[in-house]
Parts: sequence; structure tokens; C-alpha cells
Amino acid sequence: MFDRRLLFNFDWTLLLTVLALAAIGIASLYSATSGWETTSTPIYLKQLSWLGIGLLIALGMCCFDYRHLEHMGFNLYLANLLLLAAVLVVGKTSMGATRWLDFGVFNLQPSEVMKIVIIITLARYFSEHGHLQGHTLRELVRPFALVAVPVVLTMKQPDLGTALLILFIAVVMILFAGIRRSTLTVLGVLGTLAAGGGWFLLRDYQKQRILTFLNPENDPLGSGYHIIQSKIAVGSGGLFGKGYMQGTQSQLSFLPERHTDFAFSVFAEEWGFVGSFFLLMLYLFLIVWGIYIARCAADRFGTFLAVGVVAMLFWHIVVNLGMVIGLLPVVGVPLPLFSYGGTSMVTTMIGTGLLLNVSMRRFMF
Amino acid sequence: MMNVKSQWSDKPDLTKRFLFLFLAAVAIMLLLLLRLWYLQVISAERFQHLSEKNRIRYIPISAPRGPIYDRDGHLLVDNRPSFSVSVMRQDVSDRDQLLERLSEYLEIPVEDLARRWEAGRRFPYYRPVPLAEDISREQLERVQENSVDLPGVLIDVQPLRSYPYEDVAAHVFGYLGEITEQQLRSGEFRDYRSGEYVGKSGLEKKLESYLKGKDGQRLLEVDVRGKELRVLRVQEPEPGNRVFLTLREDVQLAAERALAGQAGAAVAIDVKSGEILAMASRPSFNPAMFARGISGAEWIALLQDSRHPLQNKALTGQYPPASTFKIVTALAALRSGAATASTRVDCDGHITLGRRDFRCWKRYGHGPTDLKKAMRESCDVWFYRVGLELGIDKLSEMALELGLGNELGFDLGGEKSGLVPTREWKRARFNASWYDGETVNTSIGQGFVLATPLQLATMTATVANGGLLVRPRIIKKIESWDGEVLLESETEVLQTVEFQGNNLEIVQNSLEAVVNEPRGTGWAARLDQVKVAGKTGTAQVVRLRADDEEPDEEGIPYRFRDHALFVAYAPADDPRIAVAVIVEHGEHGSTTAAPVARSILQAYFGLPEDRVSPVNGYPGD
Repeated sequence: MFDRRLLFNFDWTLLLTVLALAAIGIASLYSATSGWETTSTPIYLKQLSWLGIGLLIALGMCCFDYRHLEHMGFNLYLANLLLLAAVLVVGKTSMGATRWLDFGVFNLQPSEVMKIVIIITLARYFSEHGHLQGHTLRELVRPFALVAVPVVLTMKQPDLGTALLILFIAVVMILFAGIRRSTLTVLGVLGTLAAGGGWFLLRDYQKQRILTFLNPENDPLGSGYHIIQSKIAVGSGGLFGKGYMQGTQSQLSFLPERHTDFAFSVFAEEWGFVGSFFLLMLYLFLIVWGIYIARCAADRFGTFLAVGVVAMLFWHIVVNLGMVIGLLPVVGVPLPLFSYGGTSMVTTMIGTGLLLNVSMRRFMF
Repeated sequence: MMNVKSQWSDKPDLTKRFLFLFLAAVAIMLLLLLRLWYLQVISAERFQHLSEKNRIRYIPISAPRGPIYDRDGHLLVDNRPSFSVSVMRQDVSDRDQLLERLSEYLEIPVEDLARRWEAGRRFPYYRPVPLAEDISREQLERVQENSVDLPGVLIDVQPLRSYPYEDVAAHVFGYLGEITEQQLRSGEFRDYRSGEYVGKSGLEKKLESYLKGKDGQRLLEVDVRGKELRVLRVQEPEPGNRVFLTLREDVQLAAERALAGQAGAAVAIDVKSGEILAMASRPSFNPAMFARGISGAEWIALLQDSRHPLQNKALTGQYPPASTFKIVTALAALRSGAATASTRVDCDGHITLGRRDFRCWKRYGHGPTDLKKAMRESCDVWFYRVGLELGIDKLSEMALELGLGNELGFDLGGEKSGLVPTREWKRARFNASWYDGETVNTSIGQGFVLATPLQLATMTATVANGGLLVRPRIIKKIESWDGEVLLESETEVLQTVEFQGNNLEIVQNSLEAVVNEPRGTGWAARLDQVKVAGKTGTAQVVRLRADDEEPDEEGIPYRFRDHALFVAYAPADDPRIAVAVIVEHGEHGSTTAAPVARSILQAYFGLPEDRVSPVNGYPGD
């Protein structure tokens, strides 16, 4: 039975914000790839069709109550773990990493799906377990295990970016669920030690990236090249930018991967600080609106679901921008709604679908 | 869901946490904004300066295509450095002035340069636009000396296909051409850039993926005026793989020389392995024309030449095999019992079938004739009679077994199938039944039957080696530069032809007689040091009506003259090489085709080349 109030409560603000960001992203993509010889469908048109597909998924997801996910949560999690394990056995290798499962018509990247599934899983866990004084270390063992398994599997592929994102999303959700002060202290110490130990688990090229980040001029032609070129592109944009499709640095000088991970550099060069400021405010508004949705959610599961999605979007934005402007090491994390890529677009739109779902059912009990 | 409210109340109040989330998000965003402020406002000038100064230029370096060698490692197709002039449009402030100067140094009209400039608009802005290719040393030096006045002008060196022997074996190698838009769009040519050259025919096309190599790139840092500041990164190109053919350079050259000035084809094949030792088709073309970019006029001239220089006649020329087909008829007749070695026919110059008269080439006949004499002197009447006795079914069966009428699966590809007529074929093609007159024609290789020179050579090899129909091949092996063998061809027997008793020997002996006995039509292919066996043929181009008078040879226009054929193998007692030659409009196999085969055999056996004194032709042998 369809409730008319659902339509009435549809969150147009969220949808329009997402569409505005996607529109700017595609316009920027058009500029970034305008000089390319096109031997097939232009990149921006492909991105447009991905947006269309994502939109259909997001709106389709609004048709069923998100609370059904609560019961499916653990099964989804197990199924996704199986897929992640399958990747290590029969996965498709591309550019040195094994991240995909070949399903004939499309390639599935289970680690991407895991971002959404871990949100649902943890939302269910924390909606059932909560304490006034916060969780103790013992109570956190289960959620830690839930997170650790997919993170390790993803790092094995190796896909450091996605593994970190899953971890970051989980950290936000766990902190939001509450931890005792004493537990937090212990975890802080353990975390520091783990980070030190983790260094030895990294692959050589991953270590190289972090070292390069600390001193990019060390290796201006290798992995430092991207950061230097990107900083020059962003910086030379100045206050007002060089104008749409006028970015000399990105248009002429072969800024690497300017349509995927470095999409923002093109935008920042062409629109300057004013444009960057506007774009960041739009992203911030999306995040704040997401927190507002979490605040108004009808139940704890919805709250945690929304917090998880917000965390996912937030970390994508921060890690990508931080990398492009030289604040963070280069890890392949796309900027939501901006970087070219079907996976990123679809994952983002699934997240948006969850937010819309939680938002439009906030008045229902 | 009823106690949701109460569920909230016994769990912690989340308001503070939402506030914390909100503040954290704002704070981190602020941090990013501060960084952007620092980059885009405070340091803007520095970065703008850097972006001007720090223009990166990306220059692709074409990989040389893999060289092609003969079986012994003699270089047949190579690359040479070629200099070209291109321009970075972004570095040019005054286009007209620049083009005028270039026009003077290069001695190329300004309009031509301007046209190239305009054509370059389809390239991305950061890609150099080519203005002149393959310039001479003098042109190069003039441009280099004046480079100060030529901002944005680049001199590139690229590998260009070179052909030490010019038009020799051009059809085997094939030619290159600019990649088409369509090819670029198809997934197959993913790594190619527009303007690049790819194989369009022959080996260049067939082995494109092996020959292509991997392009390199040079990353340059240049200043605002396009002056090179430093080389950031060079990735050397990897040349294409080395291709070894089964051809033998000296045999190929001999074949080409012997055919010079004529139209036709010659194929020499190793009788045991099927390896092609020479494959020549004339007239030929110089593939170097294509390597540097063929002009419209040159292309049209090649296309309109009535002697079809672009066609590989060895593979795609389909000719009536004429009297060379008598080998098939003789073998089929012996196998079926329609004739024996001693079957005698009294040749009086013709046979009559119904109302039609079928003539022997020798007007007043050969007199009493057995198989050996019929073959040696190419008596048509003997084969007419035997063919009639034999019937078309057994005749075409033998022809098919010997490799005629179907593609042989030659590794270069592009072969034509020829034609072996059968009753079923005629029914399907003309919806008519088979007539005895057509059997008579077929038994001397006229009428419907067609064969390519490659098929004739393969057939001859099969007769020579005792009945193994071996797949002909021209690619011996392909090796990477590290010496890794990427592809190696092997001898492949397509089928074994059964000859009962000494039937094959009888035919072989008669073929030996063709070349070595007095009155033999193949006398012109005779060698003192090596015993040759062979068969001549003369294919009618215009069918003469039976009651026409034999026209005077001198009076026939070139295009109506008969084709001359000759097939041979040697040494006759232990065959190693088989040869098929066709000279278009060469009139008599004995006078024009046999000497070509002789030159090829001389080269193969390392004998000094000598010309035989001209022999009288056998009209219609």
C-alpha cells in the first residue's frame, strides 16, 4: 500500500543539491576532455548516462522502506565477503591490481559495494546495541571484526584507497555510537601502534606514495609529478580562474588523469578560488543536510544509516580534495559526482538513495 | 515499531554527537578552503609563473616496425631514419610569417604548408602538426641553421620503411597506409594514433600485431616560446619483432630478374616442406612510395595500369592451366585404367566429336603416340581420347586431390581458389548438364578449369615428392629482439595422394623427357648439371572458333596473345624444388616461361647464369 505522505515528504533539497553538483562535474569533465581525439562516445556523455543510471537506482530505492535492510543486513554482509574472497581467487587483473569480478556484461568491484554494505551492517549493529556511557572495549570486538575482515581482504587486492575508506566510514560510525573515555584512550594508543606496524604491510609503491607526499620534489618525474602538476594547475587558477575551457595547465600540458582523480584540478584552474569556494560550500551543504536527515530519522537504524552515508561522501570529498591540493598522499579516491567513472557514480547515487529513503520516511512510525 | 520512542529514551542522547559531526565537517572543510586560499590567492602569482614556464610537452616516439629477413637472415625490409618538420601551434605568434620562412627553407609552396596547418586542426592543441615529411639533408640543414627564427618548429626523426631491393617481392611484403578513422574506432587498433601507418596488404597487414612494436614517448619541459628546457622523461620505443620468411633472397632475385619487363608470376617451393623459396609477381611497385605517403597521381597510375601492378598474380591470378594440366589427366587416366603407359593413339591433328572438331596444336598430327611422347611433345589428341575414356568425374577428382580448385590455406592469406569443374558445379552454376566436349577441353587444361600459380607450384611439388600435398607457407618464424621465438611454422601435410604401382614414375619419366629429350617442349629449361622435369603450357586468351585459321602470331595484339606456362621440379631423381611460371601473353610456355624457370633453378642450385640460345616456339604446346 502506497502512502501519499511519502511523495509529500520527498526530499527535493537533497536531490537538487546532488544534481547541481553532478551538472557542474559534467561541465568540468567536458572542458577537461575537450581536446581529446574522440574515437568513441565522448567521456562527458558516458558520465551523463552513468548519472541517468544512478538516478534511476536512487529513485528506485525510494520505493521500498529502508527498514527492510535492517533484516537483510547480515546476509548482505556475508554475501559481499564471499564476493571479496572470490576476487582474490578468480578476480580480473587490471593494471597490477585484482579488484574485479567479470560477469560478462559488466565488471563488479565488490570492494566498492562493501562501502554500502558495511554501512548497513554497522547501522544494524549499533541500532541494537547502545549504552548511555558508551561502548567498552569488549563490546567493540564484534564491530571491529566486522570491519577488519573486509578491510584486510580489500588491502590484499591491493586497493589501499577503498580499504581506508571502509575503515574511515566505520570509525565515524563507531565514534558516533559512542565509546567510553577510557576505551578511547586505549584505542588511540593501539591505533598509533597499528599505524606504525601497518607501514610494513604496505606495498613498495604505496610506501613510495607516502614518502613522495611528504616531499614531492624528491621525485618530480615519478609519483611526485601528479602532485606538482596538480598544485600548479590549482594555484595558477588564482582568485577568479582562467575561465571555462581556458585552463592552460590542464588543457595543454597533459595533467595526468585529469578526468578521473584530478578532475577538481581542472575546475579549480578554470574557476579559481571563487569557484572552488562555491563548490566546497555546495559539498558542505550536502554533508550538513545529510547530518540533518540523520538527526530527523524515525529510528536509530535510519540515523546510523544516514550517518554512514554522510561519512562515506565526506571522506571521499576530503581525501580526494586533500590529495589534489597536496594535503594528503595520492590514493586513488574519486571525487563524488565529479570524477569520471561509473562505479563511483553508482555508489554515490546508492548512498543518495538511502538518504532520500530515510528522509522521506522520517514522519512515519 | 511501537516502542521506538522508549527505545530512544533509554539510549544516549545523540544531539551532542550531531553537533560534533557538524562541527567536524565544517572544520575540515575550512581546512581545505584555507589550503585553497593559500594556493589560489596567496601563492597564485608563483603558480601562474610556474604554469607558464612549466609547460610540459609530450612527444610520441614512433617505434620502428620489425624487419623482414629471408630464410638465411638476409635483410629484405628495413627501416631508415626520416626527418620531418612539424609545428606546435600554441608557440606560434605570427603564422603567416613563419610559414613564409619555412616555405623558403623547405622549398615548399606556402599554400601547401598552410593546407597542412589547417588539416592539423583535428589534432589536440598540445600535439605537433606535421608540415613536411621525409625532407632532404639540405632542407634539414637549412631549417636547423635558422631554428632561432622558427619558434614552435620541431624537427622529428622517425623510422620509415625502406626496401633495399625496391620492387622485389613487393606483393609479399604488401604496403603501409595511414590508419583510417574507421580502424581507429574499432577496438582492434586501440594503441594507434591518428596519422599513424598500418599494414594495408600482404605481410605488413597479416603480421601487423607482430611488426608494429611499441611506441615510446618523450616528456619535455619547454618555456613559453616553446624552447626546450629539459627532457623530463624518455621512454624508448620498442621495435617490432623480427620476421623470417621461407624465401631465399637469391632465388627471389633470379625470379624477379627473369620476369622483368613482362607480366606474370613465378612461384618456387620446397617440395618436402611447402616452404616458398620465391614468389614474384610482375609488374610490381615500389612499396617505398607508400611508406612515405603515396600521392594521388601515383595511386591512380597504379590502379589504372592495365597490367595490374598491385595484384599479387601468384596468389590471385587465375589462369587456365593449359597443357600443364596434362599431368593431372595422365595420372587420373593411369589410376583409373583408362590408359596405360603403352596406350597408343594415332594423332592425325584433330578429333571429331559430334559436329565439333578438336584440334591438336600440331596441324598434321604427331602420328602414333604413347603417353611419354604425348607428354614430351604435348600432343593434344592423345589427351582428348584418354580424357573421353576417363570421364570428367575421375579427372576432377584427381585435380582436387592435387590441390587445385580450393584455397590451400597459404599463411600469407588472400589466395584465390581457382576452379575445378564438376558435373555438380556446372549444374549449380549454369543449370545445365555436362557435355563430352567439355571433358575434352578440360583434359588439356582449357575450358572452365582455372588455377593460380601457387596451386600449380603446389601441384608440381606433390607430383615430385611422391604424393604429399603440403600446405605452402612463407612465414618461417617470428622472433622477438631477445631471441624468443613467438611463432614458428611447421610442415603440414594436407592430404596424401595415392598412386598405384609405378603410375607416378611413368608420369615423372615423361616429364623428364619433356625437358631432356629432343623434340621435348621444355628444352629451354634444360640444365647440364641438374636433371630437370617439367611441362609447358599455352593458355588461350581468346577462344578461336574451330574452323578459324591459325592467325599469324605477329599480327595478334598483345592483349589477345596466349599466356605462357611452365611447371618444373628438380633434380628429377631426387626432387627438392618445384617451380611454376606464368607469363601473361607470353605466347608459348616453351619460349618465355621455361627460361624463367631455368633461371630460378640455376639460382637455387648455385649454377652460373647463362642464357640458352632461343628455341623455336611450339605453337599451342
